[in-house]
Amino acid sequence: MQFWYFLTALTLISALMVVLSKNPIHSVLYLVFTFFCISGHYVLLNAQFLMAVNIIVYAGAIMVLFLFVIMMLDLRRNSPDSKTNLTKLAGAVVGGTVLVIFIAATRKINLGTGADNAFYNSQTGMVENLGQILYRNYLLPFELVSILFFVAMVGAVMLGKREAGERNF
Amino acid sequence: MLSEFGYILLFIITAIVFTAVILFVAKLLRPNRPNVEKLTTYESGEEPDGNANVRFNIRFYVIALLFVLFDLELVFLFPWATVFGNETLNNSTDGLWGWFAIVEMFIFVGILILGLAYAWIKGHLDWVRPEVQEPQFKSPVPISKYEAINKKYS
Repeated sequence: MQFWYFLTALTLISALMVVLSKNPIHSVLYLVFTFFCISGHYVLLNAQFLMAVNIIVYAGAIMVLFLFVIMMLDLRRNSPDSKTNLTKLAGAVVGGTVLVIFIAATRKINLGTGADNAFYNSQTGMVENLGQILYRNYLLPFELVSILFFVAMVGAVMLGKREAGERNF
Repeated sequence: MLSEFGYILLFIITAIVFTAVILFVAKLLRPNRPNVEKLTTYESGEEPDGNANVRFNIRFYVIALLFVLFDLELVFLFPWATVFGNETLNNSTDGLWGWFAIVEMFIFVGILILGLAYAWIKGHLDWVRPEVQEPQFKSPVPISKYEAINKKYS
């Protein structure tokens, strides 16, 4: 339990540093650290496969996309129109409203007394069980996922279409 | 006392502490005599020109997106690998389960390979090569004379 508090504090601090750090590259690195902390939470929940997937996909692949986006932005050019008082006011109003909504929604929540031990299966998060279910009961959705990937791939290729005569850099 | 993942945590902590200790000891031991040449970005290499914060081409992003999609495919391969050679499933279906599993995975990967082939055909996997310029100089001496001299002295 103490370790959970430590890990949660670490996660929240690194997530705050994502927002607060000035350098976007540092933000991305803090985000990687946040993902590792969330993987630690998955381990505490006995979902080791989700932990591995979180590290491989989020900390590995999604971060590559984020880094490429940052490299495509022109960091040297400072955009002053995003820092006007009006945008600050709008951001404060939106953030405050979301905070109020969250507090109102979770105020009367009943967290219960813990896991129901009679129906609790500690092996639910294991990769073998996922395989058994995914490749026997949910075979068609699994194949549809590949169609989805295919569509995403074709869409990426279409969006990144090169204009005639365009060169690297 | 420690669970199995506690040992992994100990491994992580040991790795961090060990790296910190080694780097600190190296900092104590090594001589510190920097000069201008040593502090350049590529020592004895090319002089960097300008800033590294340039805008990258969008084509890199397409490659990264392809990488992400194949990474997600890998996520689906892991649970498949655990049930592919499952002995109880195999025995209860007279070995049909193995063929079934491998065919479904071949369909899955095949559709993804179609996407890769599409990107390949559209030319997203090859880069602009520098064009070699042939010299347009017209020599009064014909080329066959040069070749004869080259042959004579080679």
